[in-house]
Amino acid sequence: MSRAHRSVEWTPLLFSGGLAFLLFSLFMGVSFGNPPMQVGGMIHQQGAEALGAANLVTAVVLGYRGIDTLGELAILFAAATAVGLVLRKQKVVQPGEGIFLGELFDHAVQLLPAILLLVGFYIIFHGHLTPGGGFQGGVIVAVALYLPALARVSGYRTALSEERIRWMEGGAGALFIVIGIAALLTGDGFLSPMLGQGVMGSLLSAGTLPVLYLAVGLKVGSELAGLLLHLSAGEDSWS
Amino acid sequence: MDSVVMPWIAGLLILVMLGAALVALLSTSHLVAVAATSVVSLGLTLIFVLLRAPDVAMTEGVVGAGVGSLILALALKRLGLLSRTQRSESDE
Repeated sequence: MSRAHRSVEWTPLLFSGGLAFLLFSLFMGVSFGNPPMQVGGMIHQQGAEALGAANLVTAVVLGYRGIDTLGELAILFAAATAVGLVLRKQKVVQPGEGIFLGELFDHAVQLLPAILLLVGFYIIFHGHLTPGGGFQGGVIVAVALYLPALARVSGYRTALSEERIRWMEGGAGALFIVIGIAALLTGDGFLSPMLGQGVMGSLLSAGTLPVLYLAVGLKVGSELAGLLLHLSAGEDSWS
Repeated sequence: MDSVVMPWIAGLLILVMLGAALVALLSTSHLVAVAATSVVSLGLTLIFVLLRAPDVAMTEGVVGAGVGSLILALALKRLGLLSRTQRSESDE
């Protein structure tokens, strides 16, 4: 089979050069170590006390900037929906229909999803304690859900069909918004943390932040898994 | 010791990233270009670790080096631009 060749494009190099010049001239006007915005320092001083999350990044992502996170989820949803819309006529790859890449690969693909799911959910559930969280863990969960589609061992089925993945995605998105509305009902702002703070550093702490991150993780995981399954579907150009 | 070694590690990483970026730009094979962008992301991940931003490093590693390259490779496959030496099933 002949190798697919591509012509070399010089436009990106020109573009990145221009972008580098623009950024350089922009940063020359800002003195190093003195951010023009004061909010970072304020959050740094008060965040740990106000929210009880050991990982301050999570406090910002879900506590102070919860609506931004909802916007990110909406963008991801729009992108995944667009991909699904464009590729919708294709048959989605089901386990057992993948490409045969050898015994070793096939058995690894059967063993790995369990480990990946464990790692993914560990990262999601410890998002308020250690680095990581819903987005990072969610991507790992997505890969765990996608891997079985690559295997070609007969009789092996992933626990989640495309239909269930879609339900998971909708449910997780709804959970995020319902928690936000529940905060409204208690008299606070949309998505403001509830349920107290607990002991900082313990697994059940920081109020609703871990639950929100679980919703984010499930949504990102199911969304990306669906996107990957859609992308790998269709006519098989490997053969 | 950290402060002595760190700039050298960072410099080495930046060199690797620049090299990989040039490869991505100049390579005539699509698959090599996708792999090279993955290497750029991996270098960026390690630089984020050096800068003590583990959250960003995890995101960059998982999304940039992992799923991003996977999606690019799958897109190449969909467009029929990905070619590999085919092994027929009778070979097993």
